[in-house]
Amino acid sequence: MIDARIRRTFPSRHDSAEFTLDVHLRTAARIAVLFGPSGAGKSLTLESIAGFTTPDDGRILVDDVLFFDAASKLSLSPQQRRGGYVFQSSALFPHMTLRDNLSFAAGSMPRLERRRAVGAMLEQFHLQDVGGRSPAELSGGQRQRGSIARSLLSSPRILLLDEPSSGLDAPLREELYAVLDEVRVAFQIPILLVTHDLDEAMQLGEEMYVLHSGRVVQHGAPGDILDHPATEEVAALLGRFNVFDAEILTMDPAGNCSRLHCTAASGFAFELDGPYFPGHMLGSKLRLGIRADALRVTAYSAHGAAMRLKKLGRRTQTVRAEFEGGIVAEIPGSGLEGGAHNGEWMVRFPPEALRLLK
Amino acid sequence: MGIDWFPLWLSLRVAALSTLISLLAGLWLAWLFASRTFRGKNVLEACITLPLVLPPTVLGYYLLILLGRQSQLGKVYEWIFGQPLVFTWQAAVVAALLHSAPLLIKFSTAAMESVPRRYPKAARSLGASEWKVFWRVSLPLAWSQILAATALAFARSLGDFGITIMLAGNIPGRTQTVSVAIYDAVEGGRGDVARVLVLVISAIALVSLTLANRLGRLSVGKAG
Repeated sequence: MIDARIRRTFPSRHDSAEFTLDVHLRTAARIAVLFGPSGAGKSLTLESIAGFTTPDDGRILVDDVLFFDAASKLSLSPQQRRGGYVFQSSALFPHMTLRDNLSFAAGSMPRLERRRAVGAMLEQFHLQDVGGRSPAELSGGQRQRGSIARSLLSSPRILLLDEPSSGLDAPLREELYAVLDEVRVAFQIPILLVTHDLDEAMQLGEEMYVLHSGRVVQHGAPGDILDHPATEEVAALLGRFNVFDAEILTMDPAGNCSRLHCTAASGFAFELDGPYFPGHMLGSKLRLGIRADALRVTAYSAHGAAMRLKKLGRRTQTVRAEFEGGIVAEIPGSGLEGGAHNGEWMVRFPPEALRLLK
Repeated sequence: MGIDWFPLWLSLRVAALSTLISLLAGLWLAWLFASRTFRGKNVLEACITLPLVLPPTVLGYYLLILLGRQSQLGKVYEWIFGQPLVFTWQAAVVAALLHSAPLLIKFSTAAMESVPRRYPKAARSLGASEWKVFWRVSLPLAWSQILAATALAFARSLGDFGITIMLAGNIPGRTQTVSVAIYDAVEGGRGDVARVLVLVISAIALVSLTLANRLGRLSVGKAG
């Protein structure tokens, strides 16, 4: 259980504007994710919880332990907080072997017990064969697993992971996710993970906080946020979202449908069928969003809007097709093979996938 | 040619003692500067650098005022040790200290600051005390550069002339260090003595600097 209200203002300096971090996290999730672009305040939030930096105001409670309370001027030292912090680039001490790194963390245990605990931890993280190596002789994945193992040996109250997968390639990421899943099950401590990788957030997070410019702009289950971004800002942060203006031409509450006149980037206009928008009238102006992977693209269809293809990019699993007005569709496999009529494709916007944005 | 080797031994002794003292003070101050922010930090850092740029005579003058027989500190020293500080070999240690400590503190601070912040941070979040963070993480990661700075400080403290002559004087067999003795020999027309002392002191300085360079290039394998 994490309940943290953190407020800190950095005055403007000659090279940077004023920045205010003002976040409130309250979650019982085993793994909560802080998602956002760089400079959003994710790492700063993590550092405030670890005690590396002191907020101006707020209160940080982890399980039953009060880490920080501005009102009563209480601030535990990083040592007292024991926030197992795993840094973006491994912070295993370079002048010690992996085993010594782990022993360092288990410093408070009696000698025999320490040896046993370090050995068991190395085994649990599949590092028993490389315990005698220095961090420089380990692979990226081993270093990151070693860092997590070291944190866990200090009996942390919370595990704080700052972009732990950056610099790891796809198979090592999967391995790291598997490790974190094991940790989640085996250790009864909350895990707070910072990432700017949406796939990672989706895969690991039970709860996701979207941060932007020092504020939480939306929080909830990652799947829900991806399905229903609350604002245009969040939609833009999630990427893969098409956002455009729409005006209601006709609507039919009984049939739950409407006809919309839409305007996308650079004035590109098209019409499409939408759902009924309760509370809005004919002529109402809306801001709509739709996930790129919700669009359907066909050569011929009675439904949808005709659009000219501008750019085609191949990904590993999908094809990214960019149409006029910056409308982007992500379609599986070789979905765009076969000719199109006059270079125009019919792009269908399933009404149930359209989202009304604030 | 009868050469009196006393100045050389005195200089080595003075340099060793002043280097040891500046190393102890330097480690503490470097740790303080590299890991803490406090009011007046910039002013303190400037005060510590000041001896590097002020003329030796100015420094000697300050020390005479500060530690002379009429000063409070001088009186306290005389009360504790039963003799005044000025014009003793201990005064030469103080002179050498002022000459070399700023250098050592500057370089040690830079060495400590060059240790990536994530290492001491990680150590703290693992529950290590500040003492343990210093001895087991920060110092081992900075030690080669600190030892290099120490070798440099030793070489520099051998070479003080101005502050020494103002504070410790030029008393043969008591406070005459090698650089003062060389001046004395040249003044007295004993060119052969001056030549030998110059060569010996140059050789010692050269060895110290070579050592400093080699130590400075040593660094622990740094992981990602």
